[in-house]
Parts: sequence; C-alpha cells; structure tokens
Amino acid sequence: MDALILSRIQFGANISFHILFPTITIALGWVLLYFRIRYNRSGEQRWMDAYMFWVKVFALSFALGVVSGITMSFQFGTNWPGFMEKVGNIAGPLLAYEIMTAFFLEAVFLGIMLFGASKVPRWLHTGATFLVAFGTTMSTFWIIVLNSWMHTPAGFELRDGVVFATNWWDIIFNPSMPYRLAHMLLASGLTVAFLIAGLSALRLLWGEKGHGVRTSFRTGVIMGAMLIPVQIFMGDLHGLNTLEHQPAKVAAMEGNWETGPNVPLVLFGIPNEETRSTDFEIGIPNGASIILKHKPSGVVPGLNDFVADDGTIQHPPVAPVFYSFRVMVGTGFAMLFLSWAGVWMLRKRGWEPGDLPKPYLLMMVPMALSGWVATLAGWYVTEIGRQPWLVTGVMTTKEAVADVPPVMVLSTLIGYLVVYALLIGAYISVLLYMARKAAKAEAIPNPRRPGEQPLPVPAE
Amino acid sequence: MEFLGYPADQWLPFTFAALMGLSILIYVCLDGFDLGVGVLVPLADEAEQDRMIASIGPFWDANETWLVLAIGLLLVAFPTAHGAILTALYLPVAIMLLGLILRGVAFEFRVKAPYKWKRAWTWAFFAGSLLTSLAQGYMLGLYIMGLISTPLTIGFALLCAVFLTVGYSFIGAAWLIGKAEGDLQSKAVNWCKGGVWGLILGIGAISLASPFVSTRIFDKWFTGPSLIYLAPLPIISGLLIVYIWSALRRLSVNPNKEIWGPFVAAMALFALSFLGMAYSFYPYVVPEQLTIYESASAPEALIIILVGTLFVLPTILAYTALSYYLFRGKATELRYD
Repeated sequence: MDALILSRIQFGANISFHILFPTITIALGWVLLYFRIRYNRSGEQRWMDAYMFWVKVFALSFALGVVSGITMSFQFGTNWPGFMEKVGNIAGPLLAYEIMTAFFLEAVFLGIMLFGASKVPRWLHTGATFLVAFGTTMSTFWIIVLNSWMHTPAGFELRDGVVFATNWWDIIFNPSMPYRLAHMLLASGLTVAFLIAGLSALRLLWGEKGHGVRTSFRTGVIMGAMLIPVQIFMGDLHGLNTLEHQPAKVAAMEGNWETGPNVPLVLFGIPNEETRSTDFEIGIPNGASIILKHKPSGVVPGLNDFVADDGTIQHPPVAPVFYSFRVMVGTGFAMLFLSWAGVWMLRKRGWEPGDLPKPYLLMMVPMALSGWVATLAGWYVTEIGRQPWLVTGVMTTKEAVADVPPVMVLSTLIGYLVVYALLIGAYISVLLYMARKAAKAEAIPNPRRPGEQPLPVPAE
Repeated sequence: MEFLGYPADQWLPFTFAALMGLSILIYVCLDGFDLGVGVLVPLADEAEQDRMIASIGPFWDANETWLVLAIGLLLVAFPTAHGAILTALYLPVAIMLLGLILRGVAFEFRVKAPYKWKRAWTWAFFAGSLLTSLAQGYMLGLYIMGLISTPLTIGFALLCAVFLTVGYSFIGAAWLIGKAEGDLQSKAVNWCKGGVWGLILGIGAISLASPFVSTRIFDKWFTGPSLIYLAPLPIISGLLIVYIWSALRRLSVNPNKEIWGPFVAAMALFALSFLGMAYSFYPYVVPEQLTIYESASAPEALIIILVGTLFVLPTILAYTALSYYLFRGKATELRYD
C-alpha cells in the first residue's frame, strides 16, 4: 500500500472517530440549556435531574471531541501539506476563525459550566451553558463553510497554481453551504434525540422510575419526532443541490450508469464496476427520475458520463457511496417510524413513558446509536462521493498527500486505530455504567446542596 | 497596506510570527503546568491524586486550545513551513497526539468509569502526560538542531525531552504549592526542589547548544554591541533561579507565604528563555531554511485573520482571566452541582 491510500485511511479513521463526539455535543449543549432554563423557571427538580445526568455525558463526549480534534489540526501538516500550500489562503482564515470564535469560547466556559454551579450566580452559570452551546455551533458553522467550499468552491481565482480569495461573501456562502450546515445541525439534533431516548429507555427497562429519566425520555422522543421530517425534507434539498454541482456523486448514490429518463429508484443492488452495471437490482420504476427531476421522464445523470476517452475513471468509487447512502436513508426511516410511533403511544398513555410496551422500549435501546450510524454513513456518501477531487475541480486528493514513508504512516495508523477502538469501547461502556448507576441509585436519596429538598418520589 | 512605513509583506508576517510565538509561550506555560501535574501523579496517594487533578480540572481544556491556536497560526500564516516542520517531526507529533488523547480522556474516565478501573485511568493520565511532555521536548530539541536527524542531534533531542519534562514537572509542582494544602503542599515544595536542577540544566543546555549549531546564531549573540544589550536575559534568568531557590527554602519553613512565588518566577524564566530562542531563530521559521517572509500566506488572507484577531484575542484573554479568577484559591473537590 502506498502513502496515499494509507494517509486517506488514517484521515478517514481520525475524522470518523472525531465526528462522533461533536455530533453529540453540538445539540446536547442546547438541550442542556433547555433543561437548565426549564429548571430556572419552574424550580422542578426533574429538570435538574435530567441536566445532571446529561451534563456528565456532555463532559465525557466533549473531552473525546477535543482530543480527537487536536489530532485533526496536526494531520493537515503531517499528511496533507499540499492542501494548505494550494488553498491555504482560503482554508487558513476559515480555520483561524473557528479556533478564535469557537474553540476558546467553549473550552473556557465549559470549565465554568461543569464545575462552577456552586461558585457563580445562576445567571452566569446559565450564560456559560449558553456560550458553550453557542461555541459548538459556531465551530460547526466555520468547519462546514470550509468543507462546503471544498465541495463547491466559489469566490476565488488561481494565480500560479495557488488559490487566492476574491470574494469572501461568496466563499462563506458557497452554493452547498446552507444545505450542508442545516443537514449537519439536524443530524446532530437527531443523534442527541435518539441518544437521550435510547439511554433513557434502557434506564426505564432497568426499573428506574424517577421524574428525571421520564422527562429525558419524553424530551428525546418528541425532539426526534419533530426533527426527522425536517431532516428528510432537508436531505432531499441537499441532494438536489448536489445534483446541480456534483452530478457524479448523485449518479453513484443512485447506482445509475447510463444518463437517461425513467431511471428507477434502486432500493437494493450490488454495483459492479467491472461490468459497469448494478447486479441483483430491485427498484421502483421511474423513482430516481421523480425524486431528482420531479417527473418520470426526467433525465438523470449516469456514471458512464464521467469516464474520459482514454478510459480514466473520473467518478467516485461507486459501491461505498451507494451502500452508505442506503444505510443513511434506512436509518432515517427507522427514526421516523420509531419516534412517531413513540409520540403516538405516549399520547395514548398520558405521556407516561413507564407505561410504554416493553418491546418498544427494547427497540429504542439500540436506536441510541442510530444517529452515529446515519451521520457516519452520510459523511461517507458526501466525502467518498467527492473523489477523486479534494477541492472540486481545483485539486485532487493525490496532489495533496505528503511524501512520508508508507511504513511510518502504517505504524501511526495502527496506533490510532488501537487507541480509537479502545476509547469507543470505554465510552459506550461508561455510558451504560452511568445509566446503570442512575437506575440503581434512585432508591437512595441523593445528597444535595443545603436548602434544596429532594422532591418526594411519587407513588406509582 | 503600509504600516509604520513597512509594506504589507513585511509587517504582516512579522506580526503573525509574534502572535504565533505568543501562543506557543502561553501554551508552554499553561499546558506546561497541567502536563507537569500529570507527570507527578504517581508520586502521590489516591486522595492527593484526586486533589491534584481537581486543581487543573477547570483549566486543562482551555490550556490545550493554545496549542491548537499556535499550530493553527503556523498553518494559516506560514503554510509551507507548517508542512515542512510537521512532516519532519512526523513520529514525535504522532506520539504527542496519542499522549494528548490518553490524558484528555483519562481525565473524564477516571471519575466516570467503574471504580475498579480508576487506577488504570490514573496511569493512562500519567502515561499520556509523560508521552506528551517527552514528545514536545524531543521536538524542541530537534528544532534547535535544525530539524536534521543524525545520531548526535537525536541524542540532543532526547536530552531535551527529559529536560522539558522535568521543567513541566517543576511548574506543575509550583502550581500545586499555590493550589494545595497540608501534606500535598509540602510534597510539592520537595518536588520543586528536586526539579529545579532539571530546569537549570535544560535552559542551560538549550542556550548553549543553539549558538554552536549555527554560526549565524553565534554571530547574532556574540558580535558587536548585541552582547551588551542581550546581557539582561541571562542575568535576570540567573536572579530568578536564585529567587526560586531561596523561596523554596522559605516555603519549607512557612508554607503560607509567597505560595505563588516559584510559579510566577518559573513562568518568567520560561518567557525569557523563549525570548532568547525567538531572537536566535528570527527571521527563520524552519531553521536555516525558510524565513517567515518566504513562507507567509498572501497579505489578503493574513489581513482578514488579523482583523478578527485584534477583536477576539483580547476577549479570549479576558474570559480566560475570568475563569482563573472564579476558580482561584485552594483546589476543592470537583463537583457538577
């Protein structure tokens, strides 16, 4: 294996591991602010209980996000020096603004948010929670701007092979940015909604009956049910935007080889790049044409358009994009079904999660990680779908890679993979342990700060 | 875009080199003490370990962000230098990153995982802190040697790895003198006494080695009048070390006075050494190969960043100060409520 493929695997592994944690903290910060404000206004202990459980998850996820993010900032230099040399004049300012407007804000106020509740006035603690949530969202904004610019570059000119900015407004609000940003923020919201619902379902199954867990469960399910239709709509808009700017990616997502009308929506199949066709195809006639062009006779681009006369392939590898897309969409529909079913059943049962049927709660438990699955799959679609380009039409991935001995990249890659596997294992087991501890501890009254009486446990 | 009569491609790279230098210095001082606390952890018992880690709890994350800013400024202002330096330091960077990952997560896992795993995570916290410090010292040493790997330069880099780790442990212990009470505080005074030799040797070795690696640096220091107006650097450093030594002696007798003395003096010492290094290497960002003027990004890109920096950096400093003010005084148990 050469340094290019090893560096790509390494970057892919790093960024996949990294995105798991910001995906949680971006939206969880706002959920914590919501819990905190509800508590400030009502004084009801259940909101504080929910806050106290989830702030621990936040702290843990945040730490994992920070350390894996530091890794990312070094990878540009160690493995992809060509990237900054060519597009540094644009990528540089965007990354600098991310660090300056987001990283410090979240890092400093996180300390106050986590450990300052007894040291600062309530408004300052609530304010710190807001600033942390705001910081994570600012960070999302800047990094999505840069990522989108790499997909749909605008507002620049090339001089002697180096990119120079000509219009910062066009760079920031590049064609795919609004769609990608909305899609990612919603993805984070859904990840957190299902994490909260799933882990709370597990706590309910383990016999926890407190107000905190029931409030958390309701919040998660309702949040999921509200966000998922918006996300499906947003995903569709994003797809249409991709069709306009990166048709090869959409062709790979659809598994469509020949450009033409009446293209079916392939539900399942095995893309075969040897024969340039999709084996065992099961599809809905005219489906892709209707979704992408809103009429059966709509012409949908095919992969064969992206092969040069000398046979060079100029489209992304089909199979990973094709499968990832189906995993993402499938997970999305599972979210839609389970969250709406949940809200419907909760309504019938007086919004009492404890009365929900056990099989439903059991199904919600693995959904705790559904957001991770869908988010990763979605990122694989868009990032693998960009290949062979690193910055569409400006530079290929191959041009950016460092001339580092492959064996060195391989050894660091193995190091990262081992550490990441251990950490994901530790993270999930600690989430389970915290849930278990919460479920067990509930019989024993918690020691609280003086002046704060625990609410009596209601008879159930 | 002239400024004080200098054209934009002169004053912008200089300004950014200064900003990057400032970030590195703040990083070394701030993360230095919390890395040092991590290195010292095995010397304490469990209750003391909890207290030590609690003393850095609200700060470590923001401290590490200065590293991200420093490397970010290198990346955005001097992209070719960023690539050259980081590919030359590929392995130590990877080791440092693994170290940073280990200690950052261990911090959380230690208290959140089941109790039976706590010792293991404490070790991970120690190992991560140690690896990070050693890797940073190694990189510093290799940078001084012009990023060239020969047995001799690697030997020097290994020596620097040890010295920087001792230096970090020293400011870690000095931090604990201010933050801890009772037995732990007396222990910290002793750790400082044990570490002060490493501090002297480290700064001495780096100061002596740089001029002999490059005749350019030698000439900058030892020809003409520069010797005279640079003289305050070594003289003040010497006085600071004398002060640290005497303050530590007084602290062993009365642990309530001058508790921040050694810490502040050590910070000043780090700052002076850093100034000396900056003077030696200027205008090079990759030693003897690439100057800040050759590797700077386009002035249009730099000015965009600078405008934001002028607003944001004072704000960052202000709320960082707020955080240190809120969590002032002796370290207490870390609680979420």
